[in-house]
Amino acid sequence: MSTLAFYVHIPYCVRRCGYCDFNTYTPAELSISGDLSATSRSYIDLLLREIEFARETSTASVVPTIFFGGGTPTLMEAADLGRVISTIGSHFELDPDAEVTTEANPDTVTKEKLAQLREAGFNRISFGMQSAVPHVLQALDRTHNPENVFKATTWAREVGFKEVSVDLIYGTAGESTCDWEVSVDTALALPITHISAYALIVENGTKLEAQVKRGEVIMPDDDQTADKYLLADEKFTAAGFNWYELSNWAKPGSESRHNLAYWNGDNWWGAGAGAHSHIDGRRFWNVKHPAAYSQKVLESGNPMHEQEILTLEEARSEEIMLQIRLATGLDRAALSGDEQGSLSGFLSDGFLDGEAWARGAVVLSKTGRLIADRIVREILL
Amino acid sequence: MPAIPLAKAPQPSLTDPAQIRNFCIIAHIDHGKSTLADRMLGITEVVEQRNMRAQYLDRMDIERERGITIKSQAVRLPWRSGLDNQEYILNMIDTPGHVDFTYEVSRSLAACEGAVLLVDCAQGIEAQTLANLYLAMENNLTIIPVLNKIDLPAAQPEKFAEELAKLIGCEPEDCLRVSGKTGAGVTELLDQIVRQIPAPVGDANAATRALIFDSVYDTYRGVVTYVRVIDGHLSTRDQIQMFSTGVRHEMLEVGVISPEPVVSKGLGVGEVGYVITGVKDVRQSRVGDTITTYNNPAKVALAGYKDPRPMVFSGLFPIDGADFPLLREALDKLQLNDAALVYEPESSAALGFGFRCGFLGLLHMEIVRERLERESNLTLISTAPNVVYTVTTGDGTILTVTNPSEYPEGKIEKVEEPIVRATVLAPSEFIGTIMELCQERRGVLLGMDYLSEDRVEIRYTLPLAEIVFDFFDQLKSRTRGYASLDYEPIGEAEGDLVKVDILLQGEKVDAFSAIVHKDKAYTYGTMMTGKLRELIPRQQFEIPIQAAIGGRIIARESIRAIRKDVLAKCYGGDISRKRKLLEKQKEGKKRMKMVGRVEVPQEAFVAALTTDADIDKAKAKAKERE
Repeated sequence: MSTLAFYVHIPYCVRRCGYCDFNTYTPAELSISGDLSATSRSYIDLLLREIEFARETSTASVVPTIFFGGGTPTLMEAADLGRVISTIGSHFELDPDAEVTTEANPDTVTKEKLAQLREAGFNRISFGMQSAVPHVLQALDRTHNPENVFKATTWAREVGFKEVSVDLIYGTAGESTCDWEVSVDTALALPITHISAYALIVENGTKLEAQVKRGEVIMPDDDQTADKYLLADEKFTAAGFNWYELSNWAKPGSESRHNLAYWNGDNWWGAGAGAHSHIDGRRFWNVKHPAAYSQKVLESGNPMHEQEILTLEEARSEEIMLQIRLATGLDRAALSGDEQGSLSGFLSDGFLDGEAWARGAVVLSKTGRLIADRIVREILL
Repeated sequence: MPAIPLAKAPQPSLTDPAQIRNFCIIAHIDHGKSTLADRMLGITEVVEQRNMRAQYLDRMDIERERGITIKSQAVRLPWRSGLDNQEYILNMIDTPGHVDFTYEVSRSLAACEGAVLLVDCAQGIEAQTLANLYLAMENNLTIIPVLNKIDLPAAQPEKFAEELAKLIGCEPEDCLRVSGKTGAGVTELLDQIVRQIPAPVGDANAATRALIFDSVYDTYRGVVTYVRVIDGHLSTRDQIQMFSTGVRHEMLEVGVISPEPVVSKGLGVGEVGYVITGVKDVRQSRVGDTITTYNNPAKVALAGYKDPRPMVFSGLFPIDGADFPLLREALDKLQLNDAALVYEPESSAALGFGFRCGFLGLLHMEIVRERLERESNLTLISTAPNVVYTVTTGDGTILTVTNPSEYPEGKIEKVEEPIVRATVLAPSEFIGTIMELCQERRGVLLGMDYLSEDRVEIRYTLPLAEIVFDFFDQLKSRTRGYASLDYEPIGEAEGDLVKVDILLQGEKVDAFSAIVHKDKAYTYGTMMTGKLRELIPRQQFEIPIQAAIGGRIIARESIRAIRKDVLAKCYGGDISRKRKLLEKQKEGKKRMKMVGRVEVPQEAFVAALTTDADIDKAKAKAKERE
């Protein structure tokens, strides 16, 4: 039976953080006065209509994972999110063991809200912690009190979330290695099963990019950022969180199955404004703006903006590019002799795991993970 | 009206030598030679007003854009003198204006009996003009001193009349004053050419001898050879023979330029015109050679023939390796019109396949490169120019080295390098600056003369290699553009020279090797390693950059290893974007050259071999790539 994972995009935030280039909109940007509740509810209706469209289009039956991201999904009523889950469940066969995740802002959740989310069908929650250091949070435009993260994760466990994750960001302007160590240690003291840690990327079109261009913000040196990665990896591993993807660590069995679906090239449907889908070598994505999304869904149920059908070569490039990021790595046999040969320098310089190589896999060492893109370019040229 | 309608003027082949005046114009770039020539074409009415265009005689785009004349040309101007009301034929022979083309200038001068010394009276005489003036005086040419641009507000005719008078030994009031721009004084100048310059003298009954003073390739006609008949007669019925090669040619066409080609029956004693023989390559019809007739060959050639000898060498490589055949074609084509250009295939580990090219000098090199790029749409990297060295090894073998890569390893007995005699003309306030520069460049002062109260001529011997390496730019910038330079080769001298190699991760990069004076080796080494440190992007390992003389390291730098080259986040929506970025980066990687394990961007080679402005560009690109 073929499977279809679901990503559900909620494109709303109360305010936009300076580094964020996600497809999300604030009430001010949408010219909405008051709260978002009416807008949210009608947006949920559109999502339900798109899920029906997915049903009409797809031959898949089983849904192994659902992931709500944003934006800020927890701005929605838990019951509304629940409607999405049950609609997926009624049109497809939701795996009894399905992983159902939502991203959450530690500032805006209450224990009650978390309980409602559990009731709506969520069993995994991922909090945007980013940092435990106030001046770093401020540089990221995040407003939460670091204390809230401890409360939120504890409540999440108390109301029965089996899997609790936090996201961290390192390499923010002004963040010292000490600051980062504090964030890592703080995260490790939380009742969590999973950690994602991302080096901050200065994305095109963000407020941060403008600040960097104007010289108002000076990004830290890449070497320091590399040191932070190694520090985190060491501490996470020591605390029993195993590295399984470039920027992700988990307690055994707590890996994000949904995210693994992306990296393993599985099929998924992205519902909502600007969401991306992948089905059997075809990538397509929806129109970005909620208004355009609404119009398209109401017209035909199909909000697709564009698509690309991957050539065999493109599909292979993606496979190499994605799988090399995983702890399981690439099968060496999938590479030609020349491609394997192009890696000999990286192997001898310790950027690849020698033991894994010997047993037929291309697995990045710690230092290799930090130059993964360079290694991929070497293979593919 | 002193102009004569062409049809009524004395006809080519039948003109009495007594009616002929052959002259050239000696002038510096920008001193208005082309404008004056245009004015003469207008006043003698050989070009109708409506057909006139600026710099009429300069044929190549590059000439017109740079305002310099590379190839000379001869124009037949009929003129009725206002002094005696007689008909004359003036042959104006245009001369190249640059030091690289001294030999061609000397042949043009040899075709004339007189020279107009044209000087911008806002600037005064320049070194090259002076050099050409001396050349003309050696050839016993009658010199007519002319001050041009008298219409300019900054004109100082009195001052520069004094200067010219002193140089050629005449009275200041003998200097004519003209304006090519307004035409003032040009009629008088034409009359003075008739009056002062002697008519050509030759033996019409002797075996034919004609001097080739220019040779130009034309796509439709093949080689057009410009000649001055000294003795005898050239006619279309003749078969001709080149003295240097002994090769016989059919004469397809004889004519004069007025200023468009006009076919004639032949050319008589003293006449100047062109011949077309069907030859396809200017090397078969060389400047300085003597043409005679096959049936009645002359016994003795005209004096002064020389093979052009390249003085400066540089490697030319296409940026895109696939363009190599195109570069070969372009060079082959260019050589049809440039007997001085020599080249042979060269392969560089760093730059791929290209050609080692020999040039008469730096300007010649620039012109060739520019023409290759422009006319064949190529983008080229040229390696730093070098001169020809004679190296004697420890075991007595003597080698001619035109490329640092040919420099022998092991013990070297001695190295000889070409030496030039350089003349610098400048306002006297710059004497100190100029002497300082020449001393830095291993110059030896020969002497100094005041041309006028505040202008001075300084003479030095200098190694040509020092001039080749940005001497002219330095001279110009240190004298705020006022100094001018001329030089002529005077032989070879032993120098304390070494070869400096540049190594990346221990691998020699041939394109960056240079032969330099021992005292400059360290400077070259630190400059080059420093430049490369800026230009080569960081890689996943540390890259030592060293400068070495043989096995001895004289300078070193190092590029730190890059430790982070990964985008941390890669979720569903990022995948397409990331793949496309990767494809773009792959394209960039294709433009990298491998030196051992080190990837060196093309721009780094280009920039390391050229100027600071290029380095900034390359840096920006390298950063993008990191």
